[in-house]
Amino acid sequence: MDFLNSHLLSLILFIPAVAAVVMFFLPKDEVKLLRWFAFVASLIPFALSVYLWIQFKPDAAGFQFQEQYAWYAAIGSSLHLGVDGLSLTMVLLTTLLTPLALLASFSVSDRVKPYLMLFLFLETGMLGVFMAVDLLIFFVFWEIGLVPMYFLINQWGSANRNYASLKFMIYTMGGSLGLLLGIQLLGALFGTFDLATIIAKWTSAQGSLLGFPIATVKDVVFWGFVIAFAVKVPIWPFHTWLPDAHTEAPTAGSMLLAGVLLKLGAYGFLRLVLPLYPEQAKAYAPALALLATAAIVFGAFASFAQKDFKRLVAYSSVNHMGFVVLGIAAAAMASGTADARIAMNGAILQMFNHGLSAAGMFFLVGVIYERTHTRNLDEFGGLFPLVPIYGGILIFTSMASLGLPGLNGFVSEFLVVRGSYPLLTPYTAISMLGLLFTGAYILKGISKVLHGPMNEHWAHGEHKLTEINTREIIVMAPLMTLILIIGIWPAWILDVINKAVMHLF
Amino acid sequence: MFTSVAFLSILPETLILILGVILLIVEPFLKEERRRNLGWLTAGGLLVILVVSILVGRPGDPTMTFGNTIRFDWLGFFFGMLFIFGASITALFLMDHEKVGQRGEVYILLLASTIGMSLMASAADLIMLYLAIETTSIPLYVLAGFMLSDDRSTESGFKYLLFGAMTSAVMLYGFSLLYGFTGTTNLYALADAFKAGQIAAPVIFGVIILLIVGLSFKVSIVPFHFWAPDVYEGAPTPVSGFLSTASKAAGFAVIARLFLVVFRDFTIDWMSAFAVLSAVTMTVGNLLALPQKNLKRMLAYSSIAHAGYAMIGIVAVSKLGVASVVFYMAAYIVTNLAAFGVVVAVGRVVGSDDYDAYKGLSRRSPILGLIMLAAFLSLAGMPPFAGFVAKVFVFAAAVQAGFVWLVVVGILNSIVGVYYYLNVMKYVYLYRMEDEDEDKHPIALTRPYAIALIVLVLGVILLGTVFAPWFSYSNAAALNLF
Amino acid sequence: MAFPVLSVIVFTPAVAAIILLMIPAQRKTEARAVALAAATFALLLSLWVYIQYLTQHMTGYQFVEQYGWLPALGISLHFGVDGMSAPLVLLTGVVMFTGVLISWGEFDEKSHRSAGIQDRPREFFAFLFILASGVFGVFASLDLFMLFFFYEIAVFPMYLLIVIWGWIQTREYAAMKLTLYLFIGSVVALVGVLAMYWTAGQSTGVYSFDMLQLEKAGFSASFQNLWFLPVFFGFAVLGGIWPFHNWSPDGHVAAPTAVSMFHAGVLMKLGAFAALRVGIMLLPEGAQHWSWLIMLCAAVAVVYGAFIAFVQTDLKYMIGFSSVSHMGLVMLGLSTLNQNGLTGAGVQMFSHGIMTALFFAVTGMIYDRSHTRQIPELGGMNKVMPFAAIGFIIGGLVSMGMPGFSGFVAEFPIFLGVWQSQWLVAVIASISIIVTAAYIMINIRKVFFGNMPEKLQGHMTDITVLDKVAITTLCLLMIGMGLFPSLIVPMVQTGVTHILHLLGVA
Repeated sequence: MDFLNSHLLSLILFIPAVAAVVMFFLPKDEVKLLRWFAFVASLIPFALSVYLWIQFKPDAAGFQFQEQYAWYAAIGSSLHLGVDGLSLTMVLLTTLLTPLALLASFSVSDRVKPYLMLFLFLETGMLGVFMAVDLLIFFVFWEIGLVPMYFLINQWGSANRNYASLKFMIYTMGGSLGLLLGIQLLGALFGTFDLATIIAKWTSAQGSLLGFPIATVKDVVFWGFVIAFAVKVPIWPFHTWLPDAHTEAPTAGSMLLAGVLLKLGAYGFLRLVLPLYPEQAKAYAPALALLATAAIVFGAFASFAQKDFKRLVAYSSVNHMGFVVLGIAAAAMASGTADARIAMNGAILQMFNHGLSAAGMFFLVGVIYERTHTRNLDEFGGLFPLVPIYGGILIFTSMASLGLPGLNGFVSEFLVVRGSYPLLTPYTAISMLGLLFTGAYILKGISKVLHGPMNEHWAHGEHKLTEINTREIIVMAPLMTLILIIGIWPAWILDVINKAVMHLF
Repeated sequence: MFTSVAFLSILPETLILILGVILLIVEPFLKEERRRNLGWLTAGGLLVILVVSILVGRPGDPTMTFGNTIRFDWLGFFFGMLFIFGASITALFLMDHEKVGQRGEVYILLLASTIGMSLMASAADLIMLYLAIETTSIPLYVLAGFMLSDDRSTESGFKYLLFGAMTSAVMLYGFSLLYGFTGTTNLYALADAFKAGQIAAPVIFGVIILLIVGLSFKVSIVPFHFWAPDVYEGAPTPVSGFLSTASKAAGFAVIARLFLVVFRDFTIDWMSAFAVLSAVTMTVGNLLALPQKNLKRMLAYSSIAHAGYAMIGIVAVSKLGVASVVFYMAAYIVTNLAAFGVVVAVGRVVGSDDYDAYKGLSRRSPILGLIMLAAFLSLAGMPPFAGFVAKVFVFAAAVQAGFVWLVVVGILNSIVGVYYYLNVMKYVYLYRMEDEDEDKHPIALTRPYAIALIVLVLGVILLGTVFAPWFSYSNAAALNLF
Repeated sequence: MAFPVLSVIVFTPAVAAIILLMIPAQRKTEARAVALAAATFALLLSLWVYIQYLTQHMTGYQFVEQYGWLPALGISLHFGVDGMSAPLVLLTGVVMFTGVLISWGEFDEKSHRSAGIQDRPREFFAFLFILASGVFGVFASLDLFMLFFFYEIAVFPMYLLIVIWGWIQTREYAAMKLTLYLFIGSVVALVGVLAMYWTAGQSTGVYSFDMLQLEKAGFSASFQNLWFLPVFFGFAVLGGIWPFHNWSPDGHVAAPTAVSMFHAGVLMKLGAFAALRVGIMLLPEGAQHWSWLIMLCAAVAVVYGAFIAFVQTDLKYMIGFSSVSHMGLVMLGLSTLNQNGLTGAGVQMFSHGIMTALFFAVTGMIYDRSHTRQIPELGGMNKVMPFAAIGFIIGGLVSMGMPGFSGFVAEFPIFLGVWQSQWLVAVIASISIIVTAAYIMINIRKVFFGNMPEKLQGHMTDITVLDKVAITTLCLLMIGMGLFPSLIVPMVQTGVTHILHLLGVA
């Protein structure tokens, strides 16, 4: 038990990777074995992170369950892991979504082994970023997450995958350069990459680096970080990689891409930018809010205009992440005040919620695509009688995405708006208009698929639509449950988040 | 006069003379076709002489003998041993050369020339020097033109004779002037006379020029190199080999002794003159070797270039300089003899010395290909072969003496050399015969050739790797001049 | 007396070469077997040296052996390895071993094809081993004369290997160009070496080529400033420093696979290493005076190499220019003359060596079967040789500096070091990271994924077991060093500490 407690984080982190290596030696033709092995292996980190959640003490400040191992001592970097309320939420999200994504992938039959291995490696990459308390480790896992996703899109994606995967890779790497730059400078400045140490010594650092005063160096790092995270979130106008990548990725890939990878960017803002640069963040908060508003509004409009169901959902991610950014902007504006905290709570909860609903939506698009082999909204129509269960689930999830009160989306969006309104009134006002259009595109989507005159093509013969099957329902079930619970009783998670926010800001 | 030291001082020459007499006696008793065995006798005899001289005839402190005409020192001794070795190898190469190898006179002339060379290296007197030079050259004139039925051989012999005679005469005139102005023919006495400042500078200047003419011919320094390509090409290949190595080394021995003893402390900057000559020689030799398509001619120009490299050591008037020249000569003898030896072996079977004849050599005879590779890489100055060490030492001496520009010229020339030596190796290793059936056209090595080539290749590698003992001999030789 | 392990390592390949040349020409399999045995032996010894150095936390020069060679001139056969050279000795052993495996060339009954070297393998391995001896000798040498001796030995076998077994179209041209370039570079350095020898002798009274002595020689600043450039650039030509890199891409393309592996993987490191050992360590003030110039040339190489690689359509040319770019990173690290940059350079020499050996190995496997290296004519290789594809992808990730692999462990400190020296150069050089990622990913996709062109269908077979062993070895090293930097970095750092001490910084 003691071993478990003292190595909990590294177990959660490395078990997926170890499982992937083990999978390498399994026969590639035993598809069922491979799928179940991967799924069960991914459940272990989930179980451990639930255990972690239970053992976590929200009232304590700072990082818990810390572990530190010597790694690259020559440049002052160690494998330093730890979680606080913010990162714990993200860890839980990741370990929850991955098994679901793997379960969703049971319908993939092309080169199953590498496909599943890549997902497991991806999970380790994502978890590593959230658990890192060392900047270099942060960067290492950030980059590690790129490669599996590139291959997943490139090898198992749809028609335009070459373009989309390369764009994804290059954009994100370009953004990562800013991150690399910032981290290198900080490492050079402080002689170590340990985040806790850097935060402690931040304000008292003196002197200069290569002839530039500390203040200038810090400014450069600020912009480096901002660029990197802005591409990842993505903040308008750095978002153009997202629609292609999300659309062309295989279903499970989109689930994790939208569900977790986007959160890496927001997490970066919350972990690094805001705590270290309160003044700059405050100064640029209106600009950030403007961009957030643009994302919300333009994202919604773009969504509305789509004919491709998946692309519609993709743009909805831009739209929803806009709220996260708005919340961050508000928190930056007036750090320490109640409004700011509310907005921050909303932002973080929105990260979690969007993870759930986006994963769900992409999965559902995948379900219909597997049966019809088209994502074109015009080719659907009136499918509700044919697939009532699917239709019900789709409506439920879409309502969450829309922000219907009683479901999780409402809680987080309300918190964000409530917190930002006093601080960033005009932006918030416009965003609420955007909310209107969010409703519009969601309803459009649902109606085109489920309602209206039935498209006879799918009613008979070989194209007859089959209902959603048990496995697929099991994929959606946890998501729907959580969506409902958070919608009605968000305290279990908001408490953790709130206490973390209070400690941090 | 017949003290034991005096006897020892000419021990090798005496023994060679005895060997020559033995050859003369034995020859009539051998039938035509068995005359080639004289080659074994020559080679074996020379080997015995070599061993005996090393065991018994090593010099102690330098002593003058025979009325101060011969100086018994390491310089002369070391060179003498080199000549004997070279002659022994050449004898082996001559054996299976058509027409030439079966004539007993060839071996006798070879021995005569060797005696002359050995005396050249030890001579301490102008008259002795001249005698030695002529004793060396005249047999060589004959040897060059030995193949009477071949026009090129005759031309070669004749050209060699004319050039040689003319430049000898010029040199003799210089000798006579020296005697005239100082009243002595002994080199060391001449040195004293110059130090005392007895002779006017312009005279010295003129004498030096005359001497340079004669000696430059001997070592084929530009602009007295014109005879070399034609003579080397026309003469029987083993003779060319001998000419290009032993004869040249003898010339260098004389230059070393003459200029570094007699003219050393002299105000006239003859070193710079030699430096310029060296630079020009290297360049001309290398540049003219580039377009050659005949291996013998290319080796001729290559030999000219190597004379230029060796000269660098002379220019650096220092202990290391002379030691490096001596080492260079040792390295050069084994290397060039190996190169010419390959040409002999191939020419015997293929009948031609053009590059094209060497296509696919590495498949026809892998061992011959490897020997050629070793020899040519040594010529190019690549480790682990002798030529590399020799060049580095020579360059080192020049840098020490401050002649960095000369080293730069030497380096640039080495680069050109690498190009054309590797070019030849391309024919050997890459190109193939017309029908690509090299298996059906092997090149066999006769026993004397095999022995000679193996010994030479071992020497090339040995001097290139375990060079310490050879260098210490060279050093000992150099010390005797200072 | 301790086992003279370094001498054995240095001379084993040469002895093996001699043995090989005595084997009859028809016995090809025996020749290959002898070659493999010798390569394995050398690899095991170099691995042993490395592990000893690592686990015993050694510092300074270890496994030192000294035999007087020509005492009159101060030349001795002096061997020793420190933190910088021990990884390179291991690298040579690895590349030699994998090179032999790749060149096996036995006729495969199943597919009626043979890859590797079929024509005169005996001579091939003999020349390759002479080259290997030279390389080992340079890395292990602590005597300047012998260092140069071994350095030159490594020049001429390249000519023969490329001209005889290389790509017919350009081999003669490329071989001669390569040889002349390298020879020129080395003799230029020779002049500087001789100058150092004489000057040191005059000032200290001891004439010696021993590098440990020369480190203390105390050359004047003007001497150092004058001679640093010829010495450094003379050796760095072999390291592919811009603008003297031109021999490298052609040489890579024309050479047979194992030779390319050796060339890019080891030989170029020879140049950088000699430039470091002789240029920077023996003429430290000169290094500090001229570091800006090296940094400039290196930065150009890094960026220019990456861009040129991007536009190549020949797979081997792409890798060749990629090598120019990555060696530029080594030079960049060296030019910083600080702890981070030098450490990174040391690790990069090892990491890039392994990586590029892998690249060329896989390229050779493809070319031997498809007889084309033009990327537009390739495709779908993943289906026939998935093992090779994975290997190449891993190599590609290392090339991009992806964390988790050795490339990151190397490139990160280099950039850190450059930041500490000239931030603008760091910014410019980091452009290459993106360009590298782009051309690597694009070309991996084009060559290994997608559809196989009709012309090639039916002609492509999977790689042999020996090939797989080679790829596995190389990949394990890259991943191992990437996940556990402590396997290499502390060792390199001990070497760097000594260098900093000589530079008067530490």
